[in-house]
Amino acid sequence: MSDHAHALHPPTSTGFENRKVAIWTFIGSECLFFASLISTYLIYKGKDTKGPTPDEILQIPLVTVGTALLLFSSLFVVLALNGAQRGNRKALIGWLAATIICGIFFVGMQVYEFQHFMHLGLKMQTNLFGASFYTLTGFHGTHVTIGVIWLITVFITALRGKLPPERAMNLEIAALYWHFVDVVWIVIFPVVYLMK
Amino acid sequence: MDTHAANDLPAGAAAHGASHPGPAVYFKIGLLLFVLTGLEVAAYEIAHRDSAFGAFLKPIVVPVLLILSAGKFALVAMYYMHLKQDGKLLSGLFVFPLIIAAIIIAALIALFIYHYTFQRGML
Repeated sequence: MSDHAHALHPPTSTGFENRKVAIWTFIGSECLFFASLISTYLIYKGKDTKGPTPDEILQIPLVTVGTALLLFSSLFVVLALNGAQRGNRKALIGWLAATIICGIFFVGMQVYEFQHFMHLGLKMQTNLFGASFYTLTGFHGTHVTIGVIWLITVFITALRGKLPPERAMNLEIAALYWHFVDVVWIVIFPVVYLMK
Repeated sequence: MDTHAANDLPAGAAAHGASHPGPAVYFKIGLLLFVLTGLEVAAYEIAHRDSAFGAFLKPIVVPVLLILSAGKFALVAMYYMHLKQDGKLLSGLFVFPLIIAAIIIAALIALFIYHYTFQRGML
């Protein structure tokens, strides 16, 4: 058991704060959720009877930028957490703002991509690729959007000065969710865009 | 980054972040993640070019991408999600469903490969 596990909360049977165990349990269940979506995408891959197909439509440069933004946002949120734990309000607010901006740009990238694909004739009902692609990346985008909203609420709390070091767990839990959203994209990016 | 601020904190608060790595480690991991992403895209681009190296890389590009992706996944989970420092219980809560998830993906793919290659062929 880690030393800091007992530091800031009432005693628990696990030694960890209950909220932290809860978010990890939730993340575990989310792994199974995304595994089913990724499986579905892979099963239907190449089974289309009509286009547009992944080869014709997917844009690597745009999504690579989005991937980099999401990776940077993971770095920024962990730096914000470090600032929160050390009582460095300037670092907390600055890095958290950077995380939120990256998240908003990623969602914007995905909205643009979806609109572009719709314009090119790929809709949910067009073919198996359309159905599985929009479901997988759409659910991920929804998770990113929820993460952005969550981080904005933490950001407002920090701006009001209500996120002292002893309450840094509030950010740590949001950050764990955000990192999970990032690791899911780390899988989706090569599976959907690079193995087409 | 104010690394001295921790000295002014309550003992519990200072201890909370003490076992986690500092910004220097986070920046190194960030750089590594960026490089690995660059390698992924480079592998894809080279494999789709008409060159000798492209022809060599094309049959192995999928395993290469999977290995690079797994490396990035592990780095984020271990260092940014602090699984390396936070004890075995939390690692178990993440890794156990992850193993089940991997089995689900493998089993479903195997099932549908069987369906498409054998059952449909018999019809």
